Amino acid sequence: MAQKKKRLLQGNEACVEGALYAGCRFYSGYPITPSTEVAEGMSVRLPKVGGKFIQMEDEIGGIAAAIGGSLAGLKSMTATSGPGFSLKQECIGYACIAEVPLVIVDVMRGGPATGYPTGPSQSDIMAAKWGTHGDHPVIAVTPSSVPEILTETVRAFNLAEKYRTPVMVLYDEIVGHMREPLTIPEPGELEVVDREKATCKPEEYFPYDDRHLVAPLAPFGSGYRFHVTGLNHKQDGFPTNDPKVIDRNNRRIIEKVETDKERIWKNEETALDDAEVAIFTIGSTARSARFAVNELRKSGLKVGLLRPLTIWPFPDAAVAELSKRVNAIVVPELNLGQMVHEVERCARGNCEVEALTRVDGEPITPAQIMHAVRKYL
Amino acid sequence: MSDRYEIRLSGSGGQGMILAGIIMAEAAAIYGDKNAVQSQSYGPESRGGASKAEVIISEGPIDYPKATAIDCMLAMTQEACTKYHHDIKDGGILIVDSDSVKDVPQGGFRVHGFPITSIARDELGKVIVANIVSLGAMTGLTKVVSYESVEQAVLARVPAAFVDLNKKALQRGYELTRDLK
Repeated sequence: MAQKKKRLLQGNEACVEGALYAGCRFYSGYPITPSTEVAEGMSVRLPKVGGKFIQMEDEIGGIAAAIGGSLAGLKSMTATSGPGFSLKQECIGYACIAEVPLVIVDVMRGGPATGYPTGPSQSDIMAAKWGTHGDHPVIAVTPSSVPEILTETVRAFNLAEKYRTPVMVLYDEIVGHMREPLTIPEPGELEVVDREKATCKPEEYFPYDDRHLVAPLAPFGSGYRFHVTGLNHKQDGFPTNDPKVIDRNNRRIIEKVETDKERIWKNEETALDDAEVAIFTIGSTARSARFAVNELRKSGLKVGLLRPLTIWPFPDAAVAELSKRVNAIVVPELNLGQMVHEVERCARGNCEVEALTRVDGEPITPAQIMHAVRKYL
Repeated sequence: MSDRYEIRLSGSGGQGMILAGIIMAEAAAIYGDKNAVQSQSYGPESRGGASKAEVIISEGPIDYPKATAIDCMLAMTQEACTKYHHDIKDGGILIVDSDSVKDVPQGGFRVHGFPITSIARDELGKVIVANIVSLGAMTGLTKVVSYESVEQAVLARVPAAFVDLNKKALQRGYELTRDLK
């Protein structure tokens, strides 16, 4: 029972534990700082549980093989950082339209391009949403501690399998490389969702059965024969030029996430009940923010924190509601202003919205947040 | 915040500063009854360059994982000492390897210099245990975690063949601080 005891684990190691807990049995990728420990851990652990690990020729091959692994019926994952995330974008779109469950871990480092490989960043927020072209559904989770990387990786697999769509786990280098005590949960402690199996006869099976918002996905090689393509397709998977079918499918893949977003959203609130100023942030920056909130509260200043663990779909309702009862929302982020535009959109002018940005490879400190917040108190 | 104890271990890449940080964090959170967060920053090189590891130890939850007002800093090289000593708080402790750090910074902190590298190399026969010698000194000076917890954490991290050497290194570092209070 060596697994049961408390251990000091790195964020990227906790990601490996979360993936294995969720039942991930296929990993393909190409190592890149600061996500390399995810690949390293999967390469050691997967063969011991009957899983497969493949180091591919590059990041594109990494995600493409993971799509194949998932279609063959195994829960699949790839992990990357920086330019690797750019390279994966075409295949992310492919997984969206082909409706392939998949988990993509992006440990955010400074960019653009090769940027600052060993420095933290939160500048892939919009790349996660809009990096691949075309309208498509996006689910992205944003843990901010080592134990949370484990639980959110499990949740990412659950969401991917439930909605038949790629799900991203986004965290910055600080959270990915820091170490915290963690006890691996026992089997059964966390919910694990498996994909819906096809129960019809193989000759009656449609991979995109239009009677479903999310159709069951039969594993390749199990007797169910079907076609998979990145082209707009009919319910049997073969390409189509029928405007009605194209329209229906384009809308359906968005709707399957949009109509269920109350169940996908997950927010943590700290001291928001009577807050006059709110902070909205994720990842390691949320830890600075919580520190700042605790300090300011000691001086009687009414500050609170809204921390989304699901950044996509964006927590529209929570931000809109918050904007009606605070003077201002301060948005610290390790980029030059990405989440702040979404917060502005949701606040609809109800309160002041201000970005606090930093791109020198250093974290946003509690002191910086306290300074930014004070002017609205 | 008052019970936050902040440690920074700095040196050159390859000197085992990150491992030393992990051991301190494990001593506090796994073999002791406290909470700890360990983080690091490093350059692209795996050897050389200035490298630092930070450990925050607390009785309760730890939000900000990086050091802001350092209670104890270790500097194994002049470059790291010069670059990283600015955040040591008044009344804090700076431990330097006197073999390498000749230009000792002045401030509202106490400075303790020990010939850490030469002890490791000449007395113990392996320069690689310099980080463990310095952990011993840090344990003696800070008392933030017990000697027993640090020893358990060290022994859990080293290969069986080097248990005695590391035990000796930790003890030798601890002894350096015996008469210093």
